[in-house]
Amino acid sequence: MQRAATRKFSSLLFGTSPEAPSGVPATRRTMLQSISNAIDITLTKDKTACLFGEDIAFGGVFRVAEGLRQKHGENRVFNTPLCEQGIAGFAIGLSAIGITTIAEIQFADYIFPAFDQIVNEAAKYRYRSGGQFNVGSLLIRAPYGAVDHGALYHSQSPEAYFAHTPGLKVVIPRGPIQAKGLLLASIRDQNPVLFFEPKMLYRSAVADVPNEDYEIPLGKAEILKEGKDITLIGYGLQLVHMEKAMIRAEKELKISCELIDLRTISPLDRETIIDSVKKTGRVLIAHEAPKFGGFAGEIATIINENCFLHLEAPIHRVCGWDTPFPLVFEKMYYPDEHRIFEGIKSTINF
Amino acid sequence: MLTRFSRRLIGAHKFSLPDIKTHNIDPKLVPTEAESTKDELMKYLTDMMTIRRLEILADDLYKNEKIRGFCHLSDGQEAIAVGMEAAVTYEDSLITAYRDHGNAYMRGISLDHIFAELFGKASGSSKGKGGSMHFYHKEHSFYGGNGIVGAQCAIGAGLAFALKYKKKPNVALILFGDGASAQGQLYEASNMAELWKLPAIFVCENNLYGMGTPIEKASANLELYTKGHPSPGIKIDGQNILAVRETFHFAKDYALKNGPIWIECATYRYHGHSMSDPGVSYRKRDEITAARAAKDPIQKVKDWLIEKNEATEEELDKMEKNIRKKVLEIANKAKEEPWPDHKELFTDVYGPGRKYFYRNIEFKNSTMF
Repeated sequence: MQRAATRKFSSLLFGTSPEAPSGVPATRRTMLQSISNAIDITLTKDKTACLFGEDIAFGGVFRVAEGLRQKHGENRVFNTPLCEQGIAGFAIGLSAIGITTIAEIQFADYIFPAFDQIVNEAAKYRYRSGGQFNVGSLLIRAPYGAVDHGALYHSQSPEAYFAHTPGLKVVIPRGPIQAKGLLLASIRDQNPVLFFEPKMLYRSAVADVPNEDYEIPLGKAEILKEGKDITLIGYGLQLVHMEKAMIRAEKELKISCELIDLRTISPLDRETIIDSVKKTGRVLIAHEAPKFGGFAGEIATIINENCFLHLEAPIHRVCGWDTPFPLVFEKMYYPDEHRIFEGIKSTINF
Repeated sequence: MLTRFSRRLIGAHKFSLPDIKTHNIDPKLVPTEAESTKDELMKYLTDMMTIRRLEILADDLYKNEKIRGFCHLSDGQEAIAVGMEAAVTYEDSLITAYRDHGNAYMRGISLDHIFAELFGKASGSSKGKGGSMHFYHKEHSFYGGNGIVGAQCAIGAGLAFALKYKKKPNVALILFGDGASAQGQLYEASNMAELWKLPAIFVCENNLYGMGTPIEKASANLELYTKGHPSPGIKIDGQNILAVRETFHFAKDYALKNGPIWIECATYRYHGHSMSDPGVSYRKRDEITAARAAKDPIQKVKDWLIEKNEATEEELDKMEKNIRKKVLEIANKAKEEPWPDHKELFTDVYGPGRKYFYRNIEFKNSTMF
């Protein structure tokens, strides 16, 4: 949908993860192609699986589903009308019967009409039926986050709303290899999962993605780089800016940073966070969503509860401002390299 | 709007209107012919040509990255925005979705403010904060410009109730597309409106495609004007500006006396759904060409004027060229307008009484406001 951006990314971010297979046949794929490949594998192996959403029949606005309808049939890859609440409710019903359900919400910004179905119906189905029913086979995918010019209704990051709801899992990949492994794990997870895809990276993130079927476990963070002076915690697109800031901080401030990709924000890998902060004593958390009530607040509290005596400086949050996602101020809005660098500097110099 | 009597005095032409479809209303009540003077037709033509140029230029400016954000063009659908406004007043509330440039212009937002808003400039009608999908005009009862498909419909029911509550002789015009007719909120709004007999006109601009999906694949009921049942509905040719004007004139009167009414306007968009959609992957180029050739709302008015010997082709071409020039000049001027002050990122989030700290690159230049 967007023009392919020509950005240079490091191998650190879009390199492999320890859980992904190595030394196996791989294909150079964008994040988009990698997600499409994971769905293709699911539709091939799991004959119950269905993929649907607005405009999915011709591939979806970002062309994630390109070719899948031809390959797997129009009964399994299909269009819905423009009705997000209906899509979510329909998906829940399908999943309650045990069908593997992959529903697309075209932009994460459009998930709010479906909020009731996701939060009240999907998340609580298991609990309120005393375990008789569940929608474990449900996965809802949605592109989220900044896209350089998305403005108010095409750029939001709604992950914290859903992380706040017991019963849901929330997964956000950072690169093509992780997107495939995490998506396959999310589809097969026995709980309803929300899978938010950083759309800015759809075409700009490229990696050699293993061809085979593999999973990256949910609820497990990944340490991208070990360090001893400060822990940097992020997920999804934000890691791009964090990595740039990290490189600059290591050079200019002569420090060593530890960079953590949470990968799953619910359930959260507390151990990896706590172990890292106990080692470094300093921490910076970044996300694109607004600061107030944002997910960084939850991480900060967990650190505070578990690492209080190890902290050398206050926990620092670099987040989107507490305003709607703006039209002309997008670059000022999200936490970029400079704001993160300044955050690292003030935390180190505290 | 001129009365039939005054039109006759100044020599109006008669036009018979295309066939309509109706639901739950006696078709005999709905106008079947219209009268229009040369001056009126010239005004409609000018407005439609202006909107067409605005859209074509916006397309160009978007491709040159002068316009950012998401942008949805309405060329091909001009007769609805223009015809509707010829039948109502600025006291009648209007709310629509994101394909709103034409409505913005017809609600009296000047072209310089429209272009400035599209560019995100400080002099834009929403201070550059909204962009293409978010035009508003408080004094002219234009409630936007909304980004989420169908969300405006429920708000529209509230507007209609407020007008009735305040005993105003006005209606709420609630615009949505054929795609949005699949959204649940529309039916919640429609039910409330019918239950409480609100002065609402539900206007479905049916351009045959909800984003990239044809209406046959998205709606089980293709008679969209019946979807408000038991509210009455009328389906008209939305490419015929006089059909639009007369039907809305009738509908306003009807809604004030009886409660909500639905109008489905059959139309066609020439561009894709948004700027990222070339508009030809799910429909054939021939289909677009055929729709342009057979049903263009601007050509229709031109033909009328020529047929009735009120204008020559050369005059109308000259007029179009002048409009093209004027619109381009305004757009070029708007490009030079200043960007909003950085602190505008933080304003208008809450009402008055909230303090914001804006950290500048140089700390000493930071401000609290």
